[in-house]
Amino acid sequence: MRIAVANRLTPYLFMAPAVVIMAIALMYPLGYMIWGSFRDWSPSQTIGEAEFVGLKNYVTLWGDPNFWESLSVTLTFAFFVVTLEMLIGVGLALLLDRNIRGMSVLRTLFILPMMIAPVVVGLMWRYMYHPTVGTFNRMLDSLGLPTVDWLGNHALMSVIIADIWQWTPFIFILALAALQSLPRSALEAARIDGATAWQQIWHIKLPLMMPVLIVTGLLRLIDAFKVLEVILVMTEGGPGLSTEILALRISRTATEFRELGVAAAMSNYLLILLLALTLAMFAFTRLQEARAARIRAAVEEES
Amino acid sequence: MPTIQLDNLIKRYGEVEVLHGIELEMADNEFTVLVGPSGCGKSTTLRMVAGLEDVTEGEIYVDGKPVSHLEPKDRDLAMVFQDYALYPHMNVAQNISFALRLARRPKAEVHAKVKEVADMVGLTDFLHRKPGALSGGQRQRVAMARALAKDSGIFLFDEPLSNLDAKLRGQLRAELALMSQRVEKNMIYVTHDQIEAMTLADRIVVMHGGYIQQQGSPEALFKRPVNKFVAGFLGMPPMNFLNGEIKEEAGDVFVKGNGFSLRLQDEKAQAAKAHRVREVVLGVRPSDLVFDAEAPSDQALTLDVMVSEYVGAQSVLLCQCGADQVTVEMNSETPMALGQTLRFRITPNRVHLFDRESEDAIQSK
Repeated sequence: MRIAVANRLTPYLFMAPAVVIMAIALMYPLGYMIWGSFRDWSPSQTIGEAEFVGLKNYVTLWGDPNFWESLSVTLTFAFFVVTLEMLIGVGLALLLDRNIRGMSVLRTLFILPMMIAPVVVGLMWRYMYHPTVGTFNRMLDSLGLPTVDWLGNHALMSVIIADIWQWTPFIFILALAALQSLPRSALEAARIDGATAWQQIWHIKLPLMMPVLIVTGLLRLIDAFKVLEVILVMTEGGPGLSTEILALRISRTATEFRELGVAAAMSNYLLILLLALTLAMFAFTRLQEARAARIRAAVEEES
Repeated sequence: MPTIQLDNLIKRYGEVEVLHGIELEMADNEFTVLVGPSGCGKSTTLRMVAGLEDVTEGEIYVDGKPVSHLEPKDRDLAMVFQDYALYPHMNVAQNISFALRLARRPKAEVHAKVKEVADMVGLTDFLHRKPGALSGGQRQRVAMARALAKDSGIFLFDEPLSNLDAKLRGQLRAELALMSQRVEKNMIYVTHDQIEAMTLADRIVVMHGGYIQQQGSPEALFKRPVNKFVAGFLGMPPMNFLNGEIKEEAGDVFVKGNGFSLRLQDEKAQAAKAHRVREVVLGVRPSDLVFDAEAPSDQALTLDVMVSEYVGAQSVLLCQCGADQVTVEMNSETPMALGQTLRFRITPNRVHLFDRESEDAIQSK
């Protein structure tokens, strides 16, 4: 009897450390943030001293054009980044899915950008974008072309380019893995059926890769909403509000404007957005699993 | 329908040569089966005909025209794969019509064709299912329907029945035989299963180690194998082999070995005499041994029965002859007990002789 109880409790015992860490490092700050978002709270006060204001912070944000500007920058950034990264990453994977000498070296080179610390990426690109001594403008100049004011007039485009450089490899390796797990014989059958290289991609490869691509895209989308370091280092959100993504605005609201409650409320808006995306992803995989299970059941019933 | 000719086909992977000059001619409407153990080069040969493998040397001619530089889609062929190779995201109708849709045939024609071939293989009720919702046998039927829908002159099969269970395999084999009579196509069929080869083929090509060992009708290969490999590969249970020596005594020719002394007759005796090789291997099929206690000792084997495997109407006896094992196929009704020593008559002229060193058959030309 005692042993049976002990046996039943063992798994919980093993899980306990993780639960404790989660509680301290995740649930506590999260609860703190939600609690704080209902208060008019400055950094000089403890949370107990701050005045409870209900939903005021949320309402204020709803009417704040700067918040909306920031949200739209985030959405624009995320949309372009994910779309272009998907196109380039999948395209590269389709091109490089073959046995060429030195392919493994090439693949490793391709995924290097992903391994560099974001702050370093930001510094590197800031240097390359520098209006006079930057790599790009010097190159344009030496070719006799007009220079571009990268981090000035075209700041959002420039940070998008930098992000694409850094994160396309992520999509590339996942797409390549998906490609290489496709059934070889189905592709051979398609060749015999008369499909050209393009038709094989369009009718066979892409549809079969789709489940992986959808999950990959959602993962990137969630990440793109949370991007901070690279942009912080490159532009600090400027010029004006042109590259001030939500994460950056949150940190500025907390530190520069000293409005912790508003910053917390903004964080919660972002959290809700990300939660919706995550749920969409879970729903998608669930749907897939359910469909597979249904088909299996149907087949078993017949045989 | 086109004739296919393989002219000195060689395949190398780097330094390794896996096919050593395959010469083969397939006539109109012929069902050719390439058969051999795994690694013999039969699948590689087929995939070269299909255009899925490059030809290292030699040439493939279809209707006299070289095709080895052409893409698979330009070779007028259809293929059925071992793992079905269906498009998992398309339903049965879309799978079947894929080639036609790529060729941009009119909708009505595509529709009619799908219906026709689905009828032929009994898939009419499943046209809207995805392959994942079909059983193994149904999937292979879809693969066949897809190949049929293409209306090409050459039909290639790469071990199409190997992934199915025994009962389904037998059923689909019969359907295939029926189909091959109905559609006028040149078919090349690869298998490692000698029963499929025997039952389906107009012509069997036995391959081993990258060489063609022998080709001909199933009957010719079964009755007159040119070497020990072909003799042992075709036929179930496989042929018995016993080492022996040719001896001439008083004008008669004998094969003598451990526990037997067999007098050769007519043609066999002459062939053995002419061949001048002493060391031979005697080959006897299990079905050519008949229980007969009265048989003359120079026309029979005397065997100790070790094990009897009951398989229904027939039983397979595992026997001992000297140090060698011999299997005998016999009617299950014949009364006999394990441990008995029995005499089995060899059906006259059904013995095979092989040169022990070269393993070639010793037979009159």
